[in-house]
Amino acid sequence: MAEPESPKTEVRSDRSPWNWLLVIPIVVPLLTPLFNHDSPRLWGFPAFYWLQFLFILLGVATTSVVYQMTRRR
Amino acid sequence: MSDHITEIVVFTILFLLVSGIGFVAARWRAPKDMAHLDEWGLGGRSFGGWITWFLVGGDLYTAYTFVAVPALIFGAGAAGFFAVPYTVIIYPLFFLILIRLWSVSHRHGFVTPADFVRSRFDSPTLALLIAITGIVATMPYIALQLIGIEAVLKTMGVTGDSLLARHAPIIIAFAILAAYTYQSGLRAPALIAFVKDTLIYLVIIVAVLYLPYKLGGWGDIFDAADKKFQASAAPGDGILLNVNNQIQYVTLALGSALALFLYPHSITGVLASKNRNVIKRNMSALPAYSFLLGLIALLGYMAIAAGVKPLPGAKEGTLDSNTVVPLLFDQKFPSWFAGVAFAAIGIGALVPAAIMSIAAANLFTRNIYKEYLKRDATHAQEAQVSKIASLVVKVGAVAFIVFLDPQFSIDLQLIGGVIILQTAPSVAIGLYTRWLHRGALIAGWAAGMALAFWMLWQIPNAATKRAHFGGSAFSLSEFGFDTSKTIYVGFVAVAVNLLVAVLVTFVLRALKTAEGVDGTAPDDYFADEGDPRIDRSETTVNTVSST
Repeated sequence: MAEPESPKTEVRSDRSPWNWLLVIPIVVPLLTPLFNHDSPRLWGFPAFYWLQFLFILLGVATTSVVYQMTRRR
Repeated sequence: MSDHITEIVVFTILFLLVSGIGFVAARWRAPKDMAHLDEWGLGGRSFGGWITWFLVGGDLYTAYTFVAVPALIFGAGAAGFFAVPYTVIIYPLFFLILIRLWSVSHRHGFVTPADFVRSRFDSPTLALLIAITGIVATMPYIALQLIGIEAVLKTMGVTGDSLLARHAPIIIAFAILAAYTYQSGLRAPALIAFVKDTLIYLVIIVAVLYLPYKLGGWGDIFDAADKKFQASAAPGDGILLNVNNQIQYVTLALGSALALFLYPHSITGVLASKNRNVIKRNMSALPAYSFLLGLIALLGYMAIAAGVKPLPGAKEGTLDSNTVVPLLFDQKFPSWFAGVAFAAIGIGALVPAAIMSIAAANLFTRNIYKEYLKRDATHAQEAQVSKIASLVVKVGAVAFIVFLDPQFSIDLQLIGGVIILQTAPSVAIGLYTRWLHRGALIAGWAAGMALAFWMLWQIPNAATKRAHFGGSAFSLSEFGFDTSKTIYVGFVAVAVNLLVAVLVTFVLRALKTAEGVDGTAPDDYFADEGDPRIDRSETTVNTVSST
């Protein structure tokens, strides 16, 4: 099929070693032995709960870093 | 009923307010010509960071989630908290994968995931399967939003006993929703989402500060829940996971995350944003909703500590655990604030319901109507068909709730999550490679679907005394393993789906079966705002004539 002629400026890519950081927030929340405990409690929250809340921040931190490090222009 | 009069008044005022906003939305960021699917169905593909945050947040975190997740925590404890890891995992996945879908869709003007598959694999049949899977998975999801509203209405006591009296408020609510979605398209939920999310954040922040204070602190809340689960006879509950449900927890979180980004409504929300950076930045901002969801989940424990007793269900002798959060608000908040909270849940149902019906309508229009019924449909005709299809979808959802046992919708939604996952090899892996053969993808899809239905059929539910479709936790002992561990059905089914797809690809390659022509170029997957659009209507004609 004929590809419409597009002005090829440079070969673009999404590849970046920084992307590997995104594996962390995908894998860590799935390691149940890591957080399936009652103690230590924090403000009355068992570790199971506050650790998983912490993983949300882990996710935010990694996506923010990867975004900053991989943005174009 | 008179006890709830303040709640009802506040609820009604807020509900009417957002309905007004829904109609006005047609004029918000108004285009020159609304009669185009990009405008009606994708809001002009022009949404910036804030709108996308509210829209996608309002889209992914539905009213049903807000009602059902705490209900699950109330009933089973820690297992229900899977919603948090689930909504953590989603964003890195979106970041890596959906960004490519945005780019290729921007370049080719794709409106649905099936549009992409059609062009990538040169297979209208595969696209049709993806579209049908999407529509079937979305329909019960819309119906479930009604269950969210119903839980609130029930608590306010505005539902009567006869078939009509029980459902009249919902029918009215959905008729209004249908009218403004018809008129304003995706702009309506985008604008309403601002109100909805502001209300939800407000209510939950107040709830998590005020309720623990009333209930003796977080420590006491968890201890009360622990005591309840210790005393109950059910083996799977507790405030921590046990040996048997950890695999289920992990596979459910991962499987749900994969399923969520394949759902047509999430893709619609993402495609409506204006460039790649808007999406990437939102992946760091949307987890604010995950935090909110985690707190909402814990309302289930607060309900235990407060001694909430769920209202009776639709059938004799059953309990509707979805009413625990509305009841908690009703009992512990001053009635005007309970009214605000109920409005937040009620309006919370409208945003996703609107987006879902738009997404399902777009699938019908692009991949069934335009593909099979009217090849030369103009943009205006496409938009018109989509508007009508969105009405049909909503009528269907209401019919589900009115005429069938609500449990049926919950079962279907469960099945929906599992079947939408079966589109992963075509849509998600297809974004990276077209190594998998189109015929093999069809075979894998069929194998995954068949296995999923068989597994779901096998699962009983002790609590509701049902022999089939009792949940998504499959006992590994059914496969002959000597264990009492369970696993998420969708996960097994998609693994088999992929395995079959790989094996059949080898076979079809060996037989030199035609693979079709890739309608996309490698560079398309990195396209951004400002890159020229390739007119798909021309490329489609080319592909058709060359095959």
